Formats: sequence, structure tokens, C-alpha cells
Amino acid sequence: MATPHRDKHGRPLVVVTGMGVVTSLGEGKADNWAALTAGRSGIHRISRFATDNLRTTIAGTVDFVAAEPFCAPALSEQFALRAASEAVGQAGIGRPGDFPGALFMAVPPVEMEWPQREALAEAGKRNGEADYGTLLAGAGTGRFKAWHELFLFGTVAARIQDRFGTKGSPVSLSTACSSGATAIQLGVEAIRRGEVSAALAIGTDGSVNPESLIRFSLLSALSTQNDPPEEAAKPFSKNRDGFVMGEGAAALVLEDYDHALARGAKILGFVLGCGEKGDGFHRTRSSPDGAPAIAAMREAIADAGLTPDDIDYINAHGTSTPENDKMESMGCLAVMGERMRDVPISSNKSMIGHTLTAAGAIEAVFSLLTIGEGRIPPTINYKVPDPTIPLDVVPNVARDAKVGRVLSNSFGFGGQNTCLVFAAEPA
Amino acid sequence: MTREVFITGIGIVSNLGEGIEAQLAAVDAGRPGSVDAERFKPHLVHPVVPLEWERQIPKKSDQRQMEAWQRLGVYAAGLALDDAGIKEDKALLGNLHLICAAGGGERDYQVDSQVLTGLPQAADPGAFLNERLMGDLRPTLFLAQLSNLLAGNISIVHGVTGATRTFMGEEQAGVDALRIAQARIAADQGDIFLVGGSYNAERPDVLLVYEMAGLLWKGSFASVWERQAKGGGFVPGSGAAFLVLEARDHAEARGATPIARLAHVGADQVRRAPGAAGEALDGLFAKAGSFDAASGLVVSGATGIADITAEEKAVLDRRTDGARRIATGDLFGNMLEPQFPAGVALAAALVKRGDARQAAVTSVGHARGEGLALVERI
Repeated sequence: MATPHRDKHGRPLVVVTGMGVVTSLGEGKADNWAALTAGRSGIHRISRFATDNLRTTIAGTVDFVAAEPFCAPALSEQFALRAASEAVGQAGIGRPGDFPGALFMAVPPVEMEWPQREALAEAGKRNGEADYGTLLAGAGTGRFKAWHELFLFGTVAARIQDRFGTKGSPVSLSTACSSGATAIQLGVEAIRRGEVSAALAIGTDGSVNPESLIRFSLLSALSTQNDPPEEAAKPFSKNRDGFVMGEGAAALVLEDYDHALARGAKILGFVLGCGEKGDGFHRTRSSPDGAPAIAAMREAIADAGLTPDDIDYINAHGTSTPENDKMESMGCLAVMGERMRDVPISSNKSMIGHTLTAAGAIEAVFSLLTIGEGRIPPTINYKVPDPTIPLDVVPNVARDAKVGRVLSNSFGFGGQNTCLVFAAEPA
Repeated sequence: MTREVFITGIGIVSNLGEGIEAQLAAVDAGRPGSVDAERFKPHLVHPVVPLEWERQIPKKSDQRQMEAWQRLGVYAAGLALDDAGIKEDKALLGNLHLICAAGGGERDYQVDSQVLTGLPQAADPGAFLNERLMGDLRPTLFLAQLSNLLAGNISIVHGVTGATRTFMGEEQAGVDALRIAQARIAADQGDIFLVGGSYNAERPDVLLVYEMAGLLWKGSFASVWERQAKGGGFVPGSGAAFLVLEARDHAEARGATPIARLAHVGADQVRRAPGAAGEALDGLFAKAGSFDAASGLVVSGATGIADITAEEKAVLDRRTDGARRIATGDLFGNMLEPQFPAGVALAAALVKRGDARQAAVTSVGHARGEGLALVERI
């Protein structure tokens, strides 16, 4: 074998050889890309549950996938299964049920939901009142054994591992809204350590249910401009008023470049750099000066062996909350300098909503498609520019452009900031 | 490049007390964990000792923003930072990596009970549920439920802001947190990490999950090795354990006193079937390299669940015959996510004290996940 390929830091290069995606826009890369570049929104009125008494009644739910029993972990598993099937199929790696590498899985935190609590209360009922004693009595009937496994935090990953035959101990993780990016980062690190030649990184989220939506609503994080639904998510616009919850999953087959070359795999792109920085400012708000986000972006670019001038496009976190978009814009300007005014930056969330745990992985797939297709998806619903955000947000219409290197941002509650750099070629 | 990984700080709280000395005292006395058999009768729990929160979480506003599982973790993390002598080193804390093993929770039991009582009579159950949750849920409760907010609170309270990641998945999350941190330090992907987790067992909503599968031990307390005849089961325990892991050169450069070497962490997950967990653990021993049973110590994370505990015992009898054996399940109960970090902490303190040259720490998760660490005297 020829001299192994190494990056500027002397580490193995990491490539992507398979990708799969499911969002409210559809299943698979082809449908998603067509909708995304047509500027179509997947946000719609919620029909999955009653929305009476709610301030927000819209979301980017994925309504064409069924799960039994219908709950966040089962739905998240179904999304992950579909995305992973597409990714592993495209990569053509290993044999069916025998993926030669590790699994890193971003999943929403799991807990029992109201339909299950109601069923346990019914089974444990003594009189009209119901409390946790009632639920424990219901649990003790032995009729709900399967729900134990369903509501363990590690189950979605375990089932994906069973299906695809990934190796070792699969990692289930959460870094809130940057989880999908962290899953990719963990895979990149494992390959760079030489621990594995391939990794399956997945982000999935099917948690649009009444309580999850209400939790975000009570924190005033969601858009309440319900009508028309497809115009609610408007990142970087002056009249943005919160994010719209979305669902979906994405899977990426990460591979040591030499391993991929040796088996003649098609290279879809490189993951050149990862950056992360914690923020101890506040539980839900970012440091006002944007310092941690700036540090994460800089670290990702430096880790890639690049400089800010090398970045052609930014796939924004762009949630459409007043605070995030302002902070992100300021951060990008700080990192990229005056040149940032001419660097296109767009938010996929304007069309698919904020897919939370899955966002970093879904947006990674879209970033790589942007490189591969030479076309930048727009930020839709951009009608009222925000003068404090002097950026080229690729307003409303997709744009043809040669994009060699993308910076993808993910920021989350709890001081999470994770940024990734994708590229067509090594640095 | 492979660097040695030292344990340079331990923070632990459990039913046995606060700090590693309290845990060692119980080990020396052969005293099992304290049990509360009344609060959740017929279920047992090992309740955490009362703590003076302000000693590690000075601001009342911070304490109020957290529920018990997070407070326990933030407290133990503070103890670990103190023990490593880095609590006041703002520059170091600003670059310290953090990996938490976390579950989630907690519920507002009063709100849940009112909703469950009202739902069957509601004319429109969906509208009723929305109305009550919108009106009755505390907005900040969400932040006390989110898994990654244990890490978030450690960032806020202790200023640990290098990079934070949260692993989920019960016992296995604690194994993987240590495995990945150890591997990253060894491979020069970071110099110093704070790693651990926390768990509050004194919650009916977590008992519920395990009661559905009949996994909780009932009746009077018995050692995890002696529960098989009566069907087995585990006793949940409240507590938290954090470790500071550090590259040898980094520890030496700052003049830190190491506690022990974390020589190896392995993990696997096989589909559970009769014999599978034992086979996986045996495989981890085979990969770990040499374990000298004669001068060694085993700190087992066996849960007490019948079949898998018997399988682990058989592996330990074969692989570590002659070594002294301690079961963390007898001391702490099953703390889920922090169980393995707590076992490694105990092993590190015991080898430092001279009880053994080497310790093997095992994990066979109640539902899945097998792990093995080797801890060595420096």
C-alpha cells in the first residue's frame, strides 16, 4: 500500500462515503435536495395530537413514518433506521448486518410519555385518584414489560446496532441541539485514533409530542406565528420570533480515507475539522459576546488545517430565534472578518424547522450535498431584513455556486457549541 | 502515540457518605449500603446521605435551577476538582473537557398526578392535557430534565468550559464516558478530562421503568451474589461519582499527585441471550491484557439480576480466582450511569492505599453493555 494519507496535523483523513436523510420534506437525499433547493417548506399544522390551548400549533413533523407504540424513542428509531439504510446502502461497506465499525448515535433524551402513563394508571387504578403509587401498581402487573426496554436511554442505539451489526459499544449521546454534530465528531476522533476504519454517525429526533412542544413553548423558544405555517421559520429576518420544531434523522458513513480508497468507494466529501467549546454563561442563553461560539468556529477551521479565508459557505445553525441568529451573525463576522459580508450563509431550518438532536447530522448531509451539487439551498421567508445582520443569507432562492469548503454550525442549550468543516478535497 | 492516563481527582457521594474515605470505611468494615425500605415500599432504595449543597454549589439560585440528580452530580464534580487541586485554576477549567454519563428526569409528581386523575373524566382529553401542562408546568423544570444539563450546570457552577459531551444509556454510558476519555488522552486528543455521572434513585418515576420489567429486588437486603435463588434483582441507589483523568505529562507538569493509572477501559455490547453477557465480559478480559489475580482486586458492578450476575461470577471465578472481590452493588446499590465511574474511583483509592497492585473493574449492565477497566498502582 502507498504511504497513508494524513492531514496537516499528521492524522488519518476522514471521508464520508454514505449518507441518508429523512425530514418533513421527504425520505432520501433526492427528495430532500429537490425540495430544499426549490425553497419548499416542510412545516405544517400539527395533526398528530390536539393543539387546543397551545400557543404554537405547527411543526415539521414527519408524518409518513409509523411507529408502534407511537412515542419519541420508537419514532426516532424508525427515522434512524431509514437514514442508516440509505447511508450504508450508498457506502456499500461491509455486508448486510455486518458494518465494520462503531456506532455514534445522537438521540433525544427518552422518557415515558402520557399514553403510557395513562395505561399504567388504568392498570393500577384503585379509586378515582391517580398518582405514582397507582403507576407503580400498574407497572407491577407485569403487563408492560416491553416498555422497560423502550424507555431506556440506550435502546434506540442498541436496536440500530442489532440491525446494522456495528461493532463495540454504541455511544448514545446528547449535546442538546448540537448532538448530531457531536456524533460525527466522535466518529472522526475514533478514526483519527486509528481505533476504527469506519463509523456510522447518526442523529435522529422524533420528539414532537405535546409535552416536548409545551416545554419549549414555556421557555418562549418557539415561533407563535402559526399562520401560514410554512412562513413561521424565518432565520435572520427582523420579524423572526422563535424556532419551529422539526423531526427527522440523518446518517453518515465515516471512513478512513485510505480504507475507502482501498475498497474503491466513492468519496462524497471530507470531514476536515471539528471544534467545540462549552459556555458557562446561562442554561439556555449564549454568552452575549458570542465568545464560545466564536472559539468553536475557530477551532473547527484550525483543526481542518484551514484559515477563515478558505471557507466558501456557512451552513448556519440559524434557528430563527431572536437571540441565536444575532449571536451567530456576530460570531461569523468576528471569525471571518469583513469578508463575511460576501460569504453566503443559509439556514436549512427555514424549511425543515429545528430538528433538535438530529439537526447537526441532517445539516451535515445538506452541507455535503451543497458541495457535491454546486448549489446552495436558500434561507426562505426572508422578507424583512434585519439591519443588525448584514449577511448574504442566500435569500429565498437557491444559488448555483462552486463550494469547496463548508463550515456547519450547531449550538445548543447547556452551553453546547460544535462546529464542523466539510470539504471536497483535503486541505 | 500512546500516553499514560492518570486518575488525579475523585469526587463521590453515595448512601455511605461523602468523599472517598467514607466509601473506603464501609469497605473496610464490610458494611453494606444503608437501605430505605419504607419510602417506596415494597421497593428498596439506597438513599444518598444529606449534603450541605452550598459547599459545592454556593448560589441558591443555581441550586433552585436543578433537581436532585443534577445537584448530586455538580456536587461530586466539585469534590473531584478539589481533589485534583484544580478547582480555582480558572484557565485550566476553561479548557477542561467534560464527559457526563446522564439519564434525565425529573417529573413534577403533583402535576402528573392531577393530570392523570383528570384525564379519564375530561370531555376532550387532548385539550385538557395541553391546558394543564401549559398552566401547571414550571418553565424551568425542562432544564432540570434535560440530560445534557448536568454538564451544563457543571459548566455554570464550576466554570468547566473546555467542551462538554453527555453520554446516555444507563450503566453503559458510564463505561463509555471513561473509555472515550481514556482513549482520547492516550491518543493526544486532550490532556485533562472530568468524567462521571449522577443518579437519583429516590424517584417513583425511575422505579417505574424497572418495575415494569420486574427487575427491582424486594424483601430484605441481600448481597448481589446471593439474590439468584429468589429471582434476583437490583436495588437502585442515589449518588454521583466523578474522576479527573489526566495525561501523565500534564499531571507531572503541574505537580499533581496521581492516585492511580487508568491503564485500560474496554466495552462491548452484545445481544443479550443466555451466556452472552458472560462471553462478552470474558472477551473483554482477553483483550485487556494481563491481570495478576494473586495481587489483584476485583471491583464488580454486578447488579444482582439473576442470570447475568451468575454469568459474571463464573467469568470472575475463572479469570480472577484468588483476587479479593468487592461488589459495588452491595455498597451503592445500582446507581446506573455513575456505577462504573464509582467502581473505578473505589479501585483507584484501594490500589493507592496499597490494597492491591492492580484492580479490574467490571460492568454488566442490567439490560445491556459490558465493560472492564484496569486500574494500576503508580
